[in-house]
Amino acid sequence: MSTLSSQTVSACASCNSFDCDPSTCSARQPVEEIVETAPFAASTEGITAATRNACKLCTPLGACLAFRGVEGAIPLLHGSQGCSTYIRRYLISHFREPIDIASSNFTEDTAVFGGSSNFKTAVKNLRRQYEPELIAVATTCLSETIGEDMKRLFHEYYSENWEEGHPHMVHVSTASYRGTHMDGFHNAVRALVETLAVSGTRGRRVNLLPGMVSTADLRHLKEILADFGLPYTLLPDYSESLDGETWAEYEKLPSGGTPMKAIAETGSAQLSIEFGHTIAGTKTAGQFLEEKFGVPCRSLGLPIGIGETDAFLETLGTASGRTVPAKYRQERGRLVDSLVDGHKYVFGKRAIVYGEEDLVAGLCAFLCEIGVEPVLCASGGESGRLEEAIKAAHPAALRKSMAKMEIRSDVDFAEIGEQAEQLKPDFLIGNSKGYKIAKNLNVPLIRCGFPIHDRIGGHRILHLGYRGAQMLYDQIVNALLEAKQEGSEIGYSYL
Amino acid sequence: MKDIEIIPEREGQVQRKGDASTPMACNKKSTAGSVSQRACVFCGSRVVLYPISDALHVVHGPIGCAAYTWDIRGSLSSGQQLHRNSFSTDLREMDVIYGGEKKLLLALRQLIARYKPKAAFIYSTCIVGVIGDDVEAVCRTMTAEAGIPVIPVHSEGFKGTKKDGYRAACEAVASLLGTGSTEDVKPHSVNILGDFNLAGETWIIKKYYERMGIQVVTCITGDAKIEDIRRAHGAKLNLVQCSGSMTHLAKMMEEKYGIPFKRVSYFGIEDMSAALYDTAKFFSDDPTIMQRAQDLVREEVGNIYPQLQAYREELQGKKAAIYVGGSFKAFSLVRALRLIGMQTAVVGSQTGGPDDYKQLAEICDEGTIIVDDSNPLELAKFVLEKDVDLFIGGVKERPIAYKLGVAFCDHNHERKEPLAGYVGMLNFAKEVYSSVMSPVWNFVPRRQPGRAHTGMPSAQEKSVSLEEKIP
Repeated sequence: MSTLSSQTVSACASCNSFDCDPSTCSARQPVEEIVETAPFAASTEGITAATRNACKLCTPLGACLAFRGVEGAIPLLHGSQGCSTYIRRYLISHFREPIDIASSNFTEDTAVFGGSSNFKTAVKNLRRQYEPELIAVATTCLSETIGEDMKRLFHEYYSENWEEGHPHMVHVSTASYRGTHMDGFHNAVRALVETLAVSGTRGRRVNLLPGMVSTADLRHLKEILADFGLPYTLLPDYSESLDGETWAEYEKLPSGGTPMKAIAETGSAQLSIEFGHTIAGTKTAGQFLEEKFGVPCRSLGLPIGIGETDAFLETLGTASGRTVPAKYRQERGRLVDSLVDGHKYVFGKRAIVYGEEDLVAGLCAFLCEIGVEPVLCASGGESGRLEEAIKAAHPAALRKSMAKMEIRSDVDFAEIGEQAEQLKPDFLIGNSKGYKIAKNLNVPLIRCGFPIHDRIGGHRILHLGYRGAQMLYDQIVNALLEAKQEGSEIGYSYL
Repeated sequence: MKDIEIIPEREGQVQRKGDASTPMACNKKSTAGSVSQRACVFCGSRVVLYPISDALHVVHGPIGCAAYTWDIRGSLSSGQQLHRNSFSTDLREMDVIYGGEKKLLLALRQLIARYKPKAAFIYSTCIVGVIGDDVEAVCRTMTAEAGIPVIPVHSEGFKGTKKDGYRAACEAVASLLGTGSTEDVKPHSVNILGDFNLAGETWIIKKYYERMGIQVVTCITGDAKIEDIRRAHGAKLNLVQCSGSMTHLAKMMEEKYGIPFKRVSYFGIEDMSAALYDTAKFFSDDPTIMQRAQDLVREEVGNIYPQLQAYREELQGKKAAIYVGGSFKAFSLVRALRLIGMQTAVVGSQTGGPDDYKQLAEICDEGTIIVDDSNPLELAKFVLEKDVDLFIGGVKERPIAYKLGVAFCDHNHERKEPLAGYVGMLNFAKEVYSSVMSPVWNFVPRRQPGRAHTGMPSAQEKSVSLEEKIP
């Protein structure tokens, strides 16, 4: 069988022939001409009424992702079947794990008469099939617009079906015409503590509300919290439920996730730490716990890069009464050492950063720390706080780069692409959806954030802590070195 | 793990060949809470129209529906790439309150001026169905203003199932028919309906027909340009490959233009050859067409048969599960698997009809599980029960297979390798082979009975080599 190849046969992209070697095809066009004949062609008139290749996703996606990080939870989208299927598909292509999201399957009748009966059937079937501890409901734009009153529905449902051991139910409103997936994510976390947190004797526990980070990030955060000797609630935690082992038998709900008990205990914690400058002071889970239970909320940026990680570890030091463990001091030391080793390769390089606002703020701060100029910081988010968040993430480094930096909110990939042609960056950093722009400009794309749909292990990328910064740094430097090496005919073997 | 049970409402949608006495209870709306693998009306329309590469596809609604369908299919184009973008009116709260018509009109005006498309398709999403935007009126206005067809697609997600979306797409396409010149259409000519040029499949099939002396006027919608669709009514025969999505259009064309249609499939040697012979039979006025078809089949089969035999030797006796969107594709897959020595133990589809399932049962072995509108829990249950070696499905089925340590063949919209035609059959065998025969399965828990969850050998087991442990 060794003679058999697993190479499949594909058509030549230039002449459509299956007998042609694409690399030598006479009909081959330069890449730029093929890829963007029309889409990003220069035109002077702005497109204001349409979004082209969105740099954001819809609110229910964020809510579903957060809910998948709770142990024993099944997300239920109250709305059309398509929402659940599309969101599952989108998440699966990133995490490469089974992601079950139920739907109450609205039909025309439901849209007219309301979703009460569908909701009850859905809960009944979910209890039977999944035996969940929590049914986490998010209302889509359809159910929101027809004015579904979930409080009433829950009440009505419980009055008919309540019994000992009935799974908890939580609801978050996620009309997709209000905000982005990040709003869905944060609001889902808030809904979880609003419904499940209880008061109790104040202990040493720390609530860590990290926002939308990778599974590797979540694992690293747990390691850090444990190394500080702190009991904690990390909410949500999909590090295992969306990045688990291969199974011998099918797990209806994958193991892992923040335990329900740990969510209940958020009400008696000594402190909440919430990542995300853009959500500071808004109606977040941390804010709720402060108002309702008097748990102080410390708002920090995503710990990307040195400054933001220092701030995070200092906060944990204070909360635990311990100094920063030697392990992290050493990691920081090695990181600084490597920044010195590589500084000339990155200094003055121009980068375009895009993605969720808080991710952009964190990456931007890190780039400034290493001497890269973020010439465009772009997000599809629309909180109106992106600039503020960037300033908060790295005020000192920013002052220098600010003059050359453009910050754009509520922007799409077509606009980023159009501007990229003017800006001539050395690289792009963000999720895989910027690939076409990078390909067009023939510059490297450093993949990070969400989603990564064109590589394996996108969900395992580490961004946070000194260790995350180290990995990002190595990737950035090596991508630039590779570009230099590949762009030269000399074939340098030392760089 | 506790046993996975079938939801009572769904019991009529699962059959075992040999046991079933009643027809499959299909064509039902998905049960709430069942985690169906189906999508919605919008999805049905969007997948069908997506490959039309020189048209503007504008999704009227909040951002999600457009974001999740950006560059989603592997439909190749020989010309423009406009279809690979995602355009949305991205409705916000104020638009929902005051109506989205103005924004839609402005968006169309701006996008048409910028991209100069040959036509525009405007997809209505759920929200549009509730706020009551008059999308038709906007489309009429823009058609007059821009001088190109601006076509509404009635695809509100909740107004039916994916099949209704197919229907809406067929109606959108039908509005373009009969508007182009058919001067250069030859007497021996066909349209291919329901091939989407995934990984260049339409190009493969087109070449076969050309070699037989048959002109392919238009493929709807693989590598389709608006100009091609406008003249599709000139063809003498419609060949319907994806019957679930395109039978409606074929029937409309039969009624309006008197073009008969035939159901075909381009997957597997048997079905591919039957598709060519059926076409040749239709054009019996020219016997050389059949002669050429026979020569072609002989040559193509001769080219791949020795290699297929080699794969067959390796794959003989392995078992497969199939879960795909349309049931007609499932028939071909059952046959194609048989050709490489594999048996189908589980087969199902999202949208099959009663006749489809009946036919499916006819070609399957005794005991085969046949399922309509299944879900992850059921599929996992069947995979484990039948202990299959391979799963054939799409993106949402892939992690179910992988999580259980089962090989997988992508037969979905985003595939990168052509699986149609003779070359496609060979690719299919190669793909199945390279997944089923991978050594990685040696490490998965399912193939290491008695081992812990992680598949880590215990101290005692370590002395036994892996090879000996694996049946």
